[in-house]
Amino acid sequence: MTTLLSVQEINVHHGQLHAVRDFSLDVNDGEKTAVIGANGAGKSTLMRAIAGTHRPTSGRIFLRGEDITDLHAGRRVEAGIALVPEGRRLFRSLSLEENLLTGTYRKRRGTWSLEAIFELFPWMKERRAKPVARLSGGEQQAVAIGRALLSNPDVLLIDELSLGLAPSIVARIYGMIPRVVETGCSVLFVEQNVAQALSVADRALCLLEGRTVLTGVASELERSEVEDAYFGVAHGRGGRKERNSDADS
Amino acid sequence: MNTPNSLLIRRSRRSSNLSFVALGLVAVGLVMMPYVVYQSVTSSMVMLFVLVIIASMWNLLAGFGGLVSIGQQAYIGIGAYTVIVMADLGVHPLIGVFFGALTSAMLALPTSWLAFRLRGDYFAVGTWVIAEVYRLVMIKFQFVGGADGKSLVGLSGLDPVMRSALTYWFALGIAILTVLGCFWLLRSRIGLALTAIRDDEVSARAGGIDATRIKRIVYLVSAAGCGLAGGILVVDALRVQPDAIFSVSWSAYMIFIVIIGGIGYLEGPLIGALVFFAMQQFLAEMGTWYLMLLGVLAICAAAWFPKGLWGAFSQKTGFRLFPVGYHVAQRFDTPVDSRAPLFRN
Amino acid sequence: MQILDALAQGILLGGLYTLFAVGLSIMFGVMRIVNLAHGDFAILAAFLAILLVGETSFPVWLVVAITVPAFAAIGYFLQRTLFQQSLNSGPLSTLLVTFGMSIVIQNALLEAFSANPQRLDVGQLATASFPVGPIAIPYIGVLGLMLAILCIVAIELFLRRTATGRMTRAVSDDPDTARLTGANSRHIYGLATGIAFGAVAIAGLLLAARSSVEPTAGSMRLIFAFEAVVIGGLGSLWGTLVGGLSLGVVQTLVAHFDPSSSILAGHLLFLLVLAFRPQGLIPARSL
Ligand SMILES: Nc1ncnc2c1ncn2[C@@H]1O[C@H](COP(=O)(O)OP(=O)(O)OP(=O)(O)O)[C@@H](O)[C@H]1O
Ligand SMILES: [Mg+2]
Repeated sequence: MTTLLSVQEINVHHGQLHAVRDFSLDVNDGEKTAVIGANGAGKSTLMRAIAGTHRPTSGRIFLRGEDITDLHAGRRVEAGIALVPEGRRLFRSLSLEENLLTGTYRKRRGTWSLEAIFELFPWMKERRAKPVARLSGGEQQAVAIGRALLSNPDVLLIDELSLGLAPSIVARIYGMIPRVVETGCSVLFVEQNVAQALSVADRALCLLEGRTVLTGVASELERSEVEDAYFGVAHGRGGRKERNSDADS
Repeated sequence: MNTPNSLLIRRSRRSSNLSFVALGLVAVGLVMMPYVVYQSVTSSMVMLFVLVIIASMWNLLAGFGGLVSIGQQAYIGIGAYTVIVMADLGVHPLIGVFFGALTSAMLALPTSWLAFRLRGDYFAVGTWVIAEVYRLVMIKFQFVGGADGKSLVGLSGLDPVMRSALTYWFALGIAILTVLGCFWLLRSRIGLALTAIRDDEVSARAGGIDATRIKRIVYLVSAAGCGLAGGILVVDALRVQPDAIFSVSWSAYMIFIVIIGGIGYLEGPLIGALVFFAMQQFLAEMGTWYLMLLGVLAICAAAWFPKGLWGAFSQKTGFRLFPVGYHVAQRFDTPVDSRAPLFRN
Repeated sequence: MQILDALAQGILLGGLYTLFAVGLSIMFGVMRIVNLAHGDFAILAAFLAILLVGETSFPVWLVVAITVPAFAAIGYFLQRTLFQQSLNSGPLSTLLVTFGMSIVIQNALLEAFSANPQRLDVGQLATASFPVGPIAIPYIGVLGLMLAILCIVAIELFLRRTATGRMTRAVSDDPDTARLTGANSRHIYGLATGIAFGAVAIAGLLLAARSSVEPTAGSMRLIFAFEAVVIGGLGSLWGTLVGGLSLGVVQTLVAHFDPSSSILAGHLLFLLVLAFRPQGLIPARSL
């Protein structure tokens, strides 16, 4: 297996706030990696730094050995990185189909086309001309994923797919991840639900206050071990740390 | 979380007493001026005070309230016309100036109902249109001289030297009152609410702050201040001319002064007014070139030095004359949801 | 009868107002900024064209063919440099920068061309008209209205039928997410400003062909354009057309009875719409 995405020692700030600290990560071809962590751990910030909407203050990011740290987000899409943002963020004044088509803006070649997306989510076809505001949360999430897939990424980043969705819907959407990986795409996803994350991912890593506190093969991680890392118990920080996430976005 | 609490404390530490002593001395010096300098100097300084007043008001509105108006000349005009009309009714012009503030604030209330329906940049142009409406309506009234304007009665009996000194002191007093008023306002609960709104309007609203009401109060205060300035102008010039008093140039001056001086700092308008006043004294005979220079300076300052002179200075030294405890935020990000959809048919 | 004539003239005048307003509508639509020098750029275009016609032997059509694309290019360039810079330095900056720009342009024009009104010489076109029943319709007015409609159709086609147009709407909804799908928002902003400047240059040339213009005429043009946008309804180009036409008709009809109140009447229409129909006459519908 070769390294597809390599994040090396990045630090990311929100003004004075140090949101991601000395973070490194390698994602291999065809691998599913889960990022877990409590609210405010810095997961979204990490994803946005990789996608290029938030510049790291230090460190480098490589894709297939090429340094992409200085590319803006649009160019990173061209290079093969696509992010499904937290909260879906569909374009309100575009129809479903137009939302999907924005993913084709950079014209990357690959398996994903409008037809392929309609095959993956058959319900979309007849509602293609509908405004997205009237779709349910799960449907909107599917559109957001379809939009990202249409850029034919090598690395698909997904930020909290399950946000605000019923468990059955979440399971259904996660059900299509193997199909995505089959096409040769690696997936790096943020998930709050530890069990869900471990059941889908090959590898998992846990963030706590911007630092990686645990990494491992998903199937070998102990649940208690992950939970301790999640809440920072193993690091002697004493109990739960409540955070609110309203500063997000 | 390591939010910069230390910064906040540092801001209110230094300046307090010392700077007020210094400011007091300056004020005393200014009061003595008519006894030491020629009348021409004091009379041109009336203009400086007017600039300080209107720029402080604009700073309050735009720098602290986030409301960029280019229509404050409406209230300068209303203030001026109120003095004229009250003088006709037998009210002493200096008293009339305060009525000018009152009418300005009273008219600002219904105006705000309309103007506040426009957001962001459109608010700016909307206020300009409304100022035009006030001008166009005013010139329809023959009893205030229509398009020709009208002279002020009630001060003509006074000895010119005495009148000039009186106007000077009056303008000085109002300018000091305005600056202190801003300081007081920003230290009050309204100031606190303004900071919260500026940092994050959505959260502030969620936290129970009636952002629209707070902004409306700021708008009314600013209108009253501009009304005072208009009154002083008419007391000084002894006549009013609608095109001049309602001119958008007043807005240009306010903007220039505040941008150069430092938007969102109470000290900004003072510094800016001094710079502008000096430029006006030395360069005004250059005519259009002078105005072009002002424009270029404003462009450069707004694009590259958004903190202005005072912002740069206080950032370097940590010094504040008026410790209100905070200064203008760099960005107010528009929350995605508040953006209106576009290009729809 | 004369009322009918005033009505027709008002509609044609409204076409011109629409041309001014389209650019404003686009720039606010995509970037949420108002270019306070919008009208001044139109006047600048007019004076440059007048200069070109006067100093060279170029025919008017060639001058137009040079000026309009040149202004579109200037718009793109300004957006990528100065406007983008001011967008980065805060929410108030673009207003202040463009206000400064307005002062600079007006005074530069005064310095270069004096305060005298000047006119773009387009020969017969300026005065010729054709009769429709009892009223005479000026060709130049019809040209203005047609250009306005053409501009709107072209921009609508761009926004709805092209990938870049789709992305422009996406950027207008949510620039951050648009970047995630590949947009270079700065380029898109540049295109939007380019379109706006091209349209306003056309408007300026037409204005100067209809009647003489003075260097300071830009402010009033900005105000009329703004009123047209608000009256019509934000976010809808066809609404802007309706707004422009309404403004033109009201101004002309009132001028028929009392010329000195014509502009005030336009302002009052704007205030009435703001008070009783703040979403505009043709509000943005959902898709
Ligand atoms: N735009 C922003 N400005 C300032 N601080 C921010 C911003 N976005 C996030 N933060 C802060 O950065 C830290 C990390 O936030 P981030 O959104 O990356 O966390 P997260 O792990 O994604 O949380 P959640 O599970 O709630 O989505 C938090 O302390 C948060 O308050
Ligand atoms: Mg997050």
